[in-house]
Amino acid sequence: MRRVPWSGLAVLAAFVIVWEAWARTRGELAAFFPPASRVLATLWQLLASGELAEHTLATLRRFAQGYALAAALSVGAGLCLGLWRPLYNLLEPLIELLRPMPSPATIPIAILFLGIGDEMKVAVTVYACSWPILLNTIDGVRSVDRVLFATAATFRLTPWARFWKVVLPAASPQIVTGLRVSLAIALILVVTSEMVVSNDGLGYYVLESQRTFQMPQMYAAVVALGMIGYVLNRLFLALDTWAMAWHKGLTRREDL
Amino acid sequence: MNWRESRWTGVAFLILLALLWEAAGRGGWVHKLLFPPASAILSTFWDLLLSGEILRQLGVSLWRAAMGYALAAVVAVALGVAMGYWRRIYEACEILIELLRAVPPPAVIPLAMVFLGIGDALKVFIIFFACFFPILINTIDGVRGADPVLIRTARTFGLSRLQTVWKVILPVAGPSIMTGLRIATAIALILTVISEMIGATSGIGYFILGSQRTLNITQMYAGILMLALTGYAINRAFLLVDARLMAWHKGLTRRGE
Amino acid sequence: MLEVRGLRKEFQPLSGPPVIAIGDVSFRVEARRFVSIVGPSGCGKSTLLQCVAGLMRPTAGTVLLEGQEVTGPPEGLILLFQEYNKSLMAWRSVLANVRFGLENRRGMTASERDDEARHYIDLVGLGGFERHYPWELSGGMQQRVAIARALACKPRVLLMDEPFGSLDALTRFDLEDTLLRLWASLGSTILFVTHDIEEAVYLSDRVYVLSRRPSRMLADTAIELPRPRNQLTSREDPRFIKLRHQTFEMISKEMTQA
Repeated sequence: MRRVPWSGLAVLAAFVIVWEAWARTRGELAAFFPPASRVLATLWQLLASGELAEHTLATLRRFAQGYALAAALSVGAGLCLGLWRPLYNLLEPLIELLRPMPSPATIPIAILFLGIGDEMKVAVTVYACSWPILLNTIDGVRSVDRVLFATAATFRLTPWARFWKVVLPAASPQIVTGLRVSLAIALILVVTSEMVVSNDGLGYYVLESQRTFQMPQMYAAVVALGMIGYVLNRLFLALDTWAMAWHKGLTRREDL
Repeated sequence: MNWRESRWTGVAFLILLALLWEAAGRGGWVHKLLFPPASAILSTFWDLLLSGEILRQLGVSLWRAAMGYALAAVVAVALGVAMGYWRRIYEACEILIELLRAVPPPAVIPLAMVFLGIGDALKVFIIFFACFFPILINTIDGVRGADPVLIRTARTFGLSRLQTVWKVILPVAGPSIMTGLRIATAIALILTVISEMIGATSGIGYFILGSQRTLNITQMYAGILMLALTGYAINRAFLLVDARLMAWHKGLTRRGE
Repeated sequence: MLEVRGLRKEFQPLSGPPVIAIGDVSFRVEARRFVSIVGPSGCGKSTLLQCVAGLMRPTAGTVLLEGQEVTGPPEGLILLFQEYNKSLMAWRSVLANVRFGLENRRGMTASERDDEARHYIDLVGLGGFERHYPWELSGGMQQRVAIARALACKPRVLLMDEPFGSLDALTRFDLEDTLLRLWASLGSTILFVTHDIEEAVYLSDRVYVLSRRPSRMLADTAIELPRPRNQLTSREDPRFIKLRHQTFEMISKEMTQA
């Protein structure tokens, strides 16, 4: 039974109240700093009128496409690289060279090659997300204990059975870690590419609202993005807890 | 030398790629605009280095990144230790932090712009905001992962709470904290570039995007190369510092032959 | 049943001359016998088992299982690892773990496999723990799961690599007796490696003593103690004490030689 986190909710409430009070009393900032109530009202209004729906869907669509593609490609590639040493040796210097390069730097290249449409945004997202997933997958496969391999051998498993029944489950916690990290990265890159060049999407909307001095709308969109991020995190956590229950038990520690 | 085990296959592969790139650029297999030959990029890079232009832009970016990062490190480690050690503090802060953490940092840029303009303060704040959470989370993990046996040992020897934190918990949490700090260096660089692409008039991110917009493609690639090298160098430097500080941990976790 | 001829295993370190783990080992194990191998630490006992199990290629010599040369993991032979906690699959329940070896086998439905697995889980005394996960169990219980998993495949030969080494004394005695009971009813051939001389004498029909590295066979002792063995009476038997003394003396001589 999870206890209700009263103190946490209290702190959250205090945050909102302070925001509300401060914004109301500082009249001169009224234009830039709408109170929380106004922001939430605007958010509600935008959602109801459907104005935000189009942008939200655009962002979510790019996110989903980028993330899914990255996951499929990188888990696959990571498994191959983790299992075949010669392949890994071949690609390792290339990986080591590309990996520290900040992913937003690919945005101008993507614009050059793919224009300013969805393909560019999805491509940039796929590139950025691929790294944590790839590296964690490779690491997960390589750290499968030797004893497990030997066990598979003494039970005379075929290579396929060994991969499916031993390597993959054993590497899964690490793979999931990579997928979790990439979740946040995907959202960041989608929003960024929408801000750099786009005419729809929540990222574009936030920037555009700011440029046209529609402050409550801007705040509302930021809150919307925060909520999307929060929901995605929660969904992932739920999935993770269900699928990786065995690992949670294995690594559970006592609280201090 | 066993070719299957050798690292040199990878290096050879890289060289092959570079040569292909050069050939593609020269031979006109790909549009020259999109894909200038590697030699052209390198010579532009060299020119920019000599003129000091690219180093100036880079310097501006790195200064912002360092400020934001340092601020985030100090605040996040302090708060992380508090949250990790005292359950009450954790419970109080957790919800708010989870919500704030979920906001993608780029979305905060226009918001921060309203209050901070488009100067350095904006970039430093955004980088602070982005780096704060990974360092915080890893610190909390590290502190919470400290073995209760170690803590009880410290108490048995009469250490006060503060001493316990300083002498036992921080060192034990060290590897986790370092992980958070390492992740944050990459994030700092990423957000520096992002914030410079969205609202700036200087910095390496601005330089790269600007080059693309004015179709100065060779210069764009040169800028990206500089950024890649910088990222690589920072990563390497961090690993060196980490190896020194966390040498005890490396020994502990080294696998047997 | 099992024959090892002139086995030799060398390892090539990164620099320097090759390390000779096993010098020259030859022995025979008759069918349905319980044979132990003891020796000073580092004498290559685990390496020997890995070679017999077909998981490692010997540098020289052969291993024959029922007359056939062993070149890879042979059918009807299973090796039980020392690090049983790393060998069990953390993501599978006890039932799923024990069922593991049967999943290869054709001609069994899923429920038949489960029933078979349950039978062996009961046999090792873990009835009721089918739905538990390995990390929820104590070391001794985990080892039982590993044993059940191996036995479910009804191997003709079972190789065991210091299986009870990391357990406390009482758990060890309990498992020793469980093992003897299972062996008696299943009739497998067991090759058992241990550093515990008393355990070796207690369990076996024969005890082989290995020398220090590069190892070779020092002695082959028959254990003429009546079965079924008993933790109290067998260990107090003068013959037990004599055998223990002999074996211990042999090994300490090996260990103190400079």
